[in-house]
Amino acid sequence: MPAASDHNSSPPAISVKSLAKSYGEVEAVRGVDFDVEPGEVFGFLGPNGAGKTTTINMLCTLAKPTSGSATVAGHDVVRERDDVRRNIGLVFQDPTLDGYLTAEQNLRLHAELYGVQSNLVPARMRQVLDMVGLWERKDSPVATFSGGMRRRLEIARGFLHSPRVLFLDEPTIGLDPQTRRSIWTYIRELKEAEDITIFLTTHYMDEAEWCDRIAIMDHGQIVALDSPEALKARVGADTVRIHTADDEAAIAALAEHFDLEATMSEGAVTFRVPAGEEFVPRLFAELGVPIRAVNVSRPTLDDVFMSYTGTSIRDAEEDSGKARSRAMMQMMSGGRR
Amino acid sequence: MSTTTDRAQTAGPPPAAPSPIARVHVPERSIASELRAIKIVWKRELIRFRSDKLRMVTSLVQPLLFLFILGSGLQRLSSTSTHGVNLKTFIYPGILCVSVMFTAMFSAASIVWDREFGFLREMMVAPIRRSSIVIGKCLGGATVAGIQGAIVICLAGFVKVPYAPVLILEILALQLLLAFSITAFGVMVAARITQMQAFMGVMQMVVMPMFFISGALFPVAGLPAWLAVLNRFDPLTYAVDPMRKLIFDHIHTNPLAQKVLNPGVTWFGWHVPGLLEAGMILLLGIGMLGIAIWEFTTTE
Repeated sequence: MPAASDHNSSPPAISVKSLAKSYGEVEAVRGVDFDVEPGEVFGFLGPNGAGKTTTINMLCTLAKPTSGSATVAGHDVVRERDDVRRNIGLVFQDPTLDGYLTAEQNLRLHAELYGVQSNLVPARMRQVLDMVGLWERKDSPVATFSGGMRRRLEIARGFLHSPRVLFLDEPTIGLDPQTRRSIWTYIRELKEAEDITIFLTTHYMDEAEWCDRIAIMDHGQIVALDSPEALKARVGADTVRIHTADDEAAIAALAEHFDLEATMSEGAVTFRVPAGEEFVPRLFAELGVPIRAVNVSRPTLDDVFMSYTGTSIRDAEEDSGKARSRAMMQMMSGGRR
Repeated sequence: MSTTTDRAQTAGPPPAAPSPIARVHVPERSIASELRAIKIVWKRELIRFRSDKLRMVTSLVQPLLFLFILGSGLQRLSSTSTHGVNLKTFIYPGILCVSVMFTAMFSAASIVWDREFGFLREMMVAPIRRSSIVIGKCLGGATVAGIQGAIVICLAGFVKVPYAPVLILEILALQLLLAFSITAFGVMVAARITQMQAFMGVMQMVVMPMFFISGALFPVAGLPAWLAVLNRFDPLTYAVDPMRKLIFDHIHTNPLAQKVLNPGVTWFGWHVPGLLEAGMILLLGIGMLGIAIWEFTTTE
């Protein structure tokens, strides 16, 4: 792929400097900074109302920043709005397909709106529909599609005009786990095939694992930014759960021999220790209490989120619910876009 | 181009195969790309209208009711005062105008649907001018309403309006003009209203009075002063009147019937010429199109 070689020398696909946006008194985004490298799958993780969608809207030229600046594909999102729009693909949180039209008509319409060269449209359309496995259904009205199929069609449409950066706002929201996985497989495959940068938001912890790098956002700010592995490593300790013949003796022995504080959780002796897998042999050798079963788990992104924000993502969601509805009210009364 | 695709298909497992990609790019904005955008927005309205057979039928019900039920029913009552002219012939231009008006309003309402179902967003983020979307919408709505009007024009023979080619063409042109202006008005309203119920409410509030005041169902001379004033301010008056003039030019009536039924709109005693009336409809349409474009470009 010739485009790949450009990447080493090319500027960041997205560059954001102290970007902020307020709706009235509500500060939805409070000054964020980050760069996304070309070819990266970059994830924005956070509870609903953390400011993810507002950030994505500013990057897509759909909302004007209150302060700060951002460039996408080398173009300023405020001053060079059209240039940004020509170079990005968008998949919104809410569906934006015309249910009365067929899949093919929806794509055709998109190609015409974006001014894609007419002679290339049929081949390109076939390609993107093949990629998401919808070529056979191209003549069916979109109204007859399932939620997962619509999502796939929207992703195909986002790719249709060969954008350099593809934005996906909650691409798998409201879909069942199986469909979510298949959507992710498509996204990764398309990324490999097209060699583009992908910027997405999600509030599903497990999905963040598909990203090259993740920014964790909470209350309008980025609280952590790194690869999923590095983020997990920073949390450090693994969780070890053991079933023993005598749990109380085991807890006492852990404190005595290893200086570890263990608790009973869901019927198992649970404690946290760095490099848990290497610790298991020592445990068997030195604990002195017969062990029936061992389970070692690496920290999850949920743990990461917890360690950075002091709350689990679900609780954070409930918290921000109030602030969010306030922001919504403000947006509504200020005239909907 | 199909050969490229075929190669893409055969070269290894389809989704993962990174090799031959039909790369496209989005060119910079130009007049040609704006025209293309206008054309596809216009075409979408037609595709949707074609797939909505029910709408075509249901929107014919109203004009048929007015023409043949109301027209036939009141004919007996009014036969002395119409001086030998069939009442259906007399109200025909008014009914044609109002059916075009309703269809045009419904077409404009699609912008509210588009917003509710999210499709408006797909158009708003495209690298094109907002004005292209608005112009495409207006032309699309006007075409759909024009087709509806053409169907009503086909009924002309049933109400004793002759199928004279010149007359038909003139009526067709006039109703297309009206269709455009009303759609522009609807789009202008839809820019600010985000809920279908509210939009429909506003439409009812505007369309029915405009219809009744316009003189679609009565001659515009000798009205009570307050009604005459309202009538002269009603834009629809200036669509119904020239159309009635055209039709009365092509039917054989006695001078008295002409004088009573087709008095023409007057401003302080001055007869407003049909061409000026049509020009006013056009100007209003363009003005409202301008406001609609301004509204859509100023929203974020």
